[in-house]
Amino acid sequence: MKSRSSLQLTSGLLAAVLSLSATRAAEGYVPVKGLAPMPPEIAALPVEQAVLTPPPLVPPAITRRSPARVVVDLEVREVVGRIADGTQYTFWTYGGTVPGSFIRIREGDVVEFHLNNHPSSKLPHNIDLHAVTGPGGGAASSFTAPGHSSQFTFKALNPGLYVYHCATAPVPMHISNGMYGLILVEPAEGLPPVDKEFYVMQGDFYTVGAYGEGGLQTFDMAKSIDERPTYVLLNGAVGALVGDKALAAEAGQDVRIYFGVGGPNLMSSFHVIGEIFDRVYPEAGLKFVQEHVQTTLVPAGGATMVDFKVDVPGTYVLVDHSLSRAFNKGALGMLKVSGAEDRVVYSGKEVDSVYLGSQSAAGSLSSKREDELKKQIAAQIKANPTIAGLTKEMQMEKGKQVYMQNCFACHMPTGEGMAGVFPPLAKSDYLMADRERAIRIVLKGLNGKITVNGVDYNSAMPPQQDVLTEEQIADVLTYATNNWGNAADAYTVDEVRRVKSDTL
Amino acid sequence: MLTAVQFRRFTDNVSRTLRAAALAGVFFFPILAQAMSASAGQPPRDVAPVLIPAGVYRPLSRATTDPETVAVAAFRLDALPVTNAQFLAFVTTHPQWRRSRVSPLFADETYLRNWAGDLDPGPASPPDSPVVNVSWFAARAYARAAGLRLPTLAEWEVAAAAGYTTPIGRAEPDFVQDLLAWLARPVPAVLPSVATAKPNLHGACGLHGLVWEWVDDFNTAMVVGESRADAARDQNAFCGGAAAGVSDTSDYAAFMRQALRSSLKAKQGTTSLGFRCAEDLPSTDLPSP
Repeated sequence: MKSRSSLQLTSGLLAAVLSLSATRAAEGYVPVKGLAPMPPEIAALPVEQAVLTPPPLVPPAITRRSPARVVVDLEVREVVGRIADGTQYTFWTYGGTVPGSFIRIREGDVVEFHLNNHPSSKLPHNIDLHAVTGPGGGAASSFTAPGHSSQFTFKALNPGLYVYHCATAPVPMHISNGMYGLILVEPAEGLPPVDKEFYVMQGDFYTVGAYGEGGLQTFDMAKSIDERPTYVLLNGAVGALVGDKALAAEAGQDVRIYFGVGGPNLMSSFHVIGEIFDRVYPEAGLKFVQEHVQTTLVPAGGATMVDFKVDVPGTYVLVDHSLSRAFNKGALGMLKVSGAEDRVVYSGKEVDSVYLGSQSAAGSLSSKREDELKKQIAAQIKANPTIAGLTKEMQMEKGKQVYMQNCFACHMPTGEGMAGVFPPLAKSDYLMADRERAIRIVLKGLNGKITVNGVDYNSAMPPQQDVLTEEQIADVLTYATNNWGNAADAYTVDEVRRVKSDTL
Repeated sequence: MLTAVQFRRFTDNVSRTLRAAALAGVFFFPILAQAMSASAGQPPRDVAPVLIPAGVYRPLSRATTDPETVAVAAFRLDALPVTNAQFLAFVTTHPQWRRSRVSPLFADETYLRNWAGDLDPGPASPPDSPVVNVSWFAARAYARAAGLRLPTLAEWEVAAAAGYTTPIGRAEPDFVQDLLAWLARPVPAVLPSVATAKPNLHGACGLHGLVWEWVDDFNTAMVVGESRADAARDQNAFCGGAAAGVSDTSDYAAFMRQALRSSLKAKQGTTSLGFRCAEDLPSTDLPSP
């Protein structure tokens, strides 16, 4: 009994002492300051709970004409979801979606922000709202361990549309796993009313498997660092805005798209095929509204608002006009406009007729004839001993240049090597016995004991396949096997290539 | 015949048991002490520890006044993290660490939350799965009761830097991919058995890929002292600023460990945070019994 109680006493004391220092140090990092004192005029503001919406929905416009205290409850969840048909990915999300929930507040609002990190999360997360004025945009104040919740308050000083994102290191990974969204700070006087509002965000994703490769895909750090995305997506999945999930409007309606780029790396050349933006708020600022814009550039960690009237029914495709991303990486969505046709604004296809141009029958025949002649010339060269001899001679000259740059230091300019260390090439039984072996040694190098002209050698030759081209290897072998008393057929590039692919 | 390794492990076990007995203020014949360790309040230790050779830890981020590297002496580290069964044995003999009795100073309401009851891990916490939702205080108390300690951050990082087959895991593509794959998966509702963990070069299993693990000095991950320099560094801990003054910005896993450690307080636990024990190498000048 004595032993047990003394053990407990010791550990209890130790824990008590350590608890003081540990708690102080841990809390020193992200100090919990307690609730900010609010002056009476702020404390008297009406309190309301923010309406959050998943993409592509946007919360209703704010109708009140005075500030409020707005409570935002945003939950961080790490979820496995579909990134493409048959392909899953672990998304880290704000509110369970990519992009995260849309937040809509008004200029002058005082926002009480709660970031709740779900207990099943593996990692701590936080939020940097570009709408926040203050160090880190709220990042340090919202840094939250799994299964915990953080609260901070900010005043929305500047109207506009802002990106929010996770700012926990490694930030590029948190963002490329989907941790971004938009917060709209409506100007005090409101935005011009429109008939439909949509929420679309672009992000780049990096998976180990190629585009479309099935199964649960893993984040690829190297591709991320090199900025070589596997997917570039609108709203977090291939086809998130396609088919029955396409955005929908009716002809004659005014449409607004709140468009943001989460990144982490790529900017977007945002374009709607077949539409012209009537109004663009460049970089989501409100002061200068640009009109009649075809494509608007949106930086990573930036946003824009575009307004346009849809006049003609049909399908309009939203793309990043860096088109490989749309064509090969998924950066594509659709807006389907229903309603009556207006064939004066757009007629549809009126005529289909034949046009031949340079692809006419005569042009095609001539090109075939040219190919045949080229083949005949190649065959003539091969069959003509004079030309073949000249070819070999030229190979030897080129091979000599390669030899004098890369080989002579060990094998000596005379091909005699160095006694007991580097084997000779001149009159070498080993070199001349096996063409394939000779090619392989130049390509891959050679280690260990060999016997050349009755003498043992035991050293190393470095591989040359990353140093010399296939043509240079054929040339240098032709040189070495037709010099210093050696004689052989010329080595061809085809031979080198065959050995190279055999031994890959 | 005992192999050299087996013999070393045997002698280590004996010396550890001796030390535990000495700590308890009682002297037992070694074998007897080992047999009685459970009843004497010492949690069972089923797997022999592994030797982690001396190494050098290069902190991910540091103040300009901190050294660039930290030398780590060779030490012994448990091959596996502590399981629910082992922790059950501990709380059985140390009632003050049961869920219903633990002081709120030492564990918050997440403590053993996945257990069905005080002495019943229940279906969500299989006996051979790593124990999680434990506070740093609880982990430390467990280690002390076992006559052991938690590894330091530098020790843990040195042990975990090894790959499957080489001393530098970051240079092993398989290893890196497995690590990132684990980091990118959500925490499963029921954690897998510790037996599923893959050993690294030193024979330590599951340092990556099973659960996060407490280290003794976890709260030094982003040291905050009194100096203004430290305070300035503090603000750089997020977003792109996090990359300033960092030794290897491409080691994403290290960033994530640092972020997790920084987010924790000593009384907290998470659904994916466990621990394992360590000890100094037995030294020849221990007081002989």
